[in-house]
Amino acid sequence: MVHLSTIPDEDEVNNKLVEGLKKAHLQLVNDEDSFTTSVYGSKFAARDLPKHEMPEQEMPKEVAYRMIKDELSLDGNPMLNLASFVTTYMEEEAEKLMAESFSKNFIDYEEYPQSADIQNRCVSMIGKLFNAPAGIDDSLGAIGTSCVGSSEAIMLAVLAMKKRWKNKRLAEGKPVDRPNIVMSSAVQVCWEKAARYFEVEEKYCYVTDDRYVIDPEETVNLVDENTIGICAIMGTTYTGEYEDVKAVNDLLTKKGLSTPIHVDAASGGFVAPFVVPDLEWDFRLEHVVSINVSGHKYGLVYPGVGWVVWRSAKFLPQELVFNINYLGADQASFTLNFSKGASQVIGQYYQLIRLGKHGYRAIMSNLTRTANYLSDSLEAQGFIIMSKKNGDGLPLVAFRLPHKEDRNYDEFALAHQLRVRGWVVPAYTMAPKTDNLKMLRVVVREDFTRNRCDSLITDIKLSQAVLEQMDKESIKKQQEFINKHHVSSGKSTHNHPKYRVRNLRSCDAFAFYVCPRIKMLTASHRRKNIPFRERPARLTLYANERREHKRAVSIDMPRTGGVDRSVVETHKVGVEKKASLSVELPGGQKLLTLRIACPS
Amino acid sequence: MSLARHIDPDDLIHHLQDLPIPSESSTHLTPFSTPYASQRDIPKYTIPQDGAPGDTVYEMIHDELDLDGRTNLNLASFVNTYAEENARKLMAENMSKNLADNDEYPAMLSISERCVSILANLWGADSKREKAIGSPTVGSSEAIHLGGLAMKRRWQERRKAEGKDVSKPNIIMGANAQVALLKFARYFEVEARVLPVSEKSKGRLDPEKVRENVDENTIGVFVIMGSTYTGHYEPVEEIAKILDGIEKEKGWDVPIHVDAASGGFVAPFTHAGAGGPKWNFELPRVKSINASGHKYGLVTAGVGWIIWRDETYLPKDLIFELHYLGGVEQSYTLNFSRPGAQVIVQYYNLIHLGFNGYREIMENCLANARVLSKSLEGTGWYTCVSEIHHPIAPPKTETDTSANYVAGLPVVAFRLTDEFKRKYPHIKQETISLMMRARQWIIPNYALPPDENETVILRVVIRESMSFDLLDELITDLIHVTETLMDHDEVDLSIFHKMRRKGTKKTKHDHHKEKKGSEEGKRLGEGIHRSVC
Repeated sequence: MVHLSTIPDEDEVNNKLVEGLKKAHLQLVNDEDSFTTSVYGSKFAARDLPKHEMPEQEMPKEVAYRMIKDELSLDGNPMLNLASFVTTYMEEEAEKLMAESFSKNFIDYEEYPQSADIQNRCVSMIGKLFNAPAGIDDSLGAIGTSCVGSSEAIMLAVLAMKKRWKNKRLAEGKPVDRPNIVMSSAVQVCWEKAARYFEVEEKYCYVTDDRYVIDPEETVNLVDENTIGICAIMGTTYTGEYEDVKAVNDLLTKKGLSTPIHVDAASGGFVAPFVVPDLEWDFRLEHVVSINVSGHKYGLVYPGVGWVVWRSAKFLPQELVFNINYLGADQASFTLNFSKGASQVIGQYYQLIRLGKHGYRAIMSNLTRTANYLSDSLEAQGFIIMSKKNGDGLPLVAFRLPHKEDRNYDEFALAHQLRVRGWVVPAYTMAPKTDNLKMLRVVVREDFTRNRCDSLITDIKLSQAVLEQMDKESIKKQQEFINKHHVSSGKSTHNHPKYRVRNLRSCDAFAFYVCPRIKMLTASHRRKNIPFRERPARLTLYANERREHKRAVSIDMPRTGGVDRSVVETHKVGVEKKASLSVELPGGQKLLTLRIACPS
Repeated sequence: MSLARHIDPDDLIHHLQDLPIPSESSTHLTPFSTPYASQRDIPKYTIPQDGAPGDTVYEMIHDELDLDGRTNLNLASFVNTYAEENARKLMAENMSKNLADNDEYPAMLSISERCVSILANLWGADSKREKAIGSPTVGSSEAIHLGGLAMKRRWQERRKAEGKDVSKPNIIMGANAQVALLKFARYFEVEARVLPVSEKSKGRLDPEKVRENVDENTIGVFVIMGSTYTGHYEPVEEIAKILDGIEKEKGWDVPIHVDAASGGFVAPFTHAGAGGPKWNFELPRVKSINASGHKYGLVTAGVGWIIWRDETYLPKDLIFELHYLGGVEQSYTLNFSRPGAQVIVQYYNLIHLGFNGYREIMENCLANARVLSKSLEGTGWYTCVSEIHHPIAPPKTETDTSANYVAGLPVVAFRLTDEFKRKYPHIKQETISLMMRARQWIIPNYALPPDENETVILRVVIRESMSFDLLDELITDLIHVTETLMDHDEVDLSIFHKMRRKGTKKTKHDHHKEKKGSEEGKRLGEGIHRSVC
């Protein structure tokens, strides 16, 4: 049975509709939000978030939280980031402990004595892990401190070595103006930073295309009277190989030199003692005076903690230690940072006692197995493996494509293709003087299980298949697209002198380079400190000498982040052989217009 | 269709029963039923051979941390301790993110850029004429090192271009400077010209002394917005004018770096401002400013900011372009991998509170500080060294805002009056500090900087979370403690002078009794941070 209904006649229908339409006027909400407004119903959801200036009015906390959270969803998935050594997984209990300690200021020993004590325990455990000699009397034991990360740790170690060298030289009445430090050309950037900021000359032992670590002989030969120390890396960033600290140490002994060695064990410090306990690289070697390690790498803590340990207090010159009366209590400290969160140090202590040697060994063993498996699989797929296996290096796999003439893609293209699937596998060009060797690197972290490893292998296979099918042209186009639009991957400079067109303003202000291969014109400032007003603000490239506005492309010179480079794409306007370029100052005033010859 | 093998549970259990059960089973009922609860000491100095269950370790460490002080009752520190629920949530969610990894976390990078931009605008950067540039740091210490290093490098470049000697750089600061400023001088090999401060200069850098001490080797002047001792703002504009005069006269272009660790988030918001004169990028001589996000920026510990007024003030050879983790990035920092959660919370605060929200909070802090100052002076026992409660005549506004008072940080520095000391010579300020500690309040007892060090002050920092109710309790307790002391005689009190906590073996007061010349060397040379292995 169905309800019966009358069918309205035409008039009825029309009348009602027209009447209804007349009555209906828009009633969009335009009033101020009340506290009952839902997040996405509030006015903030329809507005841009404040980016450059503080808003006058407050924003409800739920809204602010949600807006920022949504924005952050654009960040990558830390789990699929195979580029970084930095820990992305911690147990729930550890997270809880850390979250509870957010508001604790680590430096405030007086108020948070227990947190400070926990740091001391960690230093002691880590020192012992590195076979630090126990002090006979009070002044000879090993000492150490926590840092924000290995960068701070390395800067402190460099400072200490420099000061010791300086004190020694001054005592001998010798000049102290040209200190240098010997290290591998494959060091992490913070070593260069430390050298440059503290005015120490860098002396490199260059790695070659078949040797990715320092050569002990060559390294020791670089040492002279002005050498403040040698840096040896336990686990280079490129291939994860351990450098032969023992050989360097023995050569120094043989030559009768007393140059100190600092071991940068940022990544290897929590791997080698568990996987290859017999390898001598730490305080067992007499010349090793200090070691740094990142807690937030294989120490399995979230970012924000590193450690540095000195063999004995005498390797830490007293004048670098600051005795501070802060917040009512006297404290001695040697840090570059001061106030910082205490969570990470507490997290480190949690991991150390939660896992114990056994737990760390179990995790590191699994990682080594996974790395071996990945390494073997990739080798079987035809890649050339550059990293070591079986615990002779960090659990990472560095690999490259074999040299082949007819292949259209390179490592960078493969890396990009993998990104499409969400994997961040970085492609690098190796350290200088290795013939522009390109490579890919996968860091095997705690949360990279065998299962996930299988997915990666499958995806590498698929990506290669896709790339094989693409012709040269489309790969190039893709490459260009990446160069242009991707946030930071694959940017490169094309300032080869061959392509230099002409220097402007008597060579001092900026130069232009044309790179015909990708049809771009690059303008860059050459002099360092040009007053702001003298810098060009806008470049206009006209297709020919007549300067027609129709066939011109303009670009504003970027003024951020120290980049003074700007790129005009010549193909956009179809440049003729003789083009012209106009440069404007910030106020719109023309600086100069000139003709340029564009190489075809 | 994938195949799955059937598992016979009985068979499995039977099989497992055959396995030997480990002698010390890791199964347990509660954390307190494990050996760590009574039989075994929690490992302290070596990493244990075997681990322990997560919840046990959590409980042990959690309970141990109960011995740390209560964050909110710590009146000694500027570091913010309160975070909103949502802010805490954001922090916990982003705990594993690495601020150095720009390639992987582009959204976080963009948030950090926005914070820099917002702060540059807040501090009066003129975006039309100049391009401000800045960076988040771990705290103000790193920011000061970076600011100082940029000044040193600029000076070196200039001197080298002129073909002059670059071996003897010096930097000028007041004796009230925080230790980070001295640290910069020591670590980066710049002579620190620490100028004495006096009561006349209100515990601040004396502009006249700056004039006397500047020379061609001066890389810059550190000016402090908000002295940690008394909360006074230093006269940035006055010093800038003197330096302008020197440039005209002698041609030395000496830049100013403003250390606004505490004041950077107070002065811009309060009605009082910086008390009239300019302090920020409105002064052309101010080239860089740093502030701590974790102080009045209202984030928890671990974030600071540094901003240069234009990128030209940041020498290019200090900027590192690195090809890290698959991308190219530029950086000028001392730290590399570090947490990014604090930066996210900074952005949360900036847009959640807005200008008005920050203003309300800072005005509240200052109002509470005034109440405390007036109450203390009302007792007749105490006198305040800080001046934020001193009204200025004539009042600027009708409503009672900070504009009607001397500008400064919400800090109350006070001491016993001379009359009180005469009457009760046996009562020491330190005893008051100790007795307050028994009530869980932490109020440090300091000596003012050298030259003024005969004055010992008690200092209370009023933070956001110091509500009026809590303040009421604090005043009651202070009065109660003082009265108790007044009622007791000398013999009773002597016990307190012997009782000192671990870690407070020496106070600053003792240090500064030594002669000035050797004073600094002594202080720095002594002691060493030991963690015995």
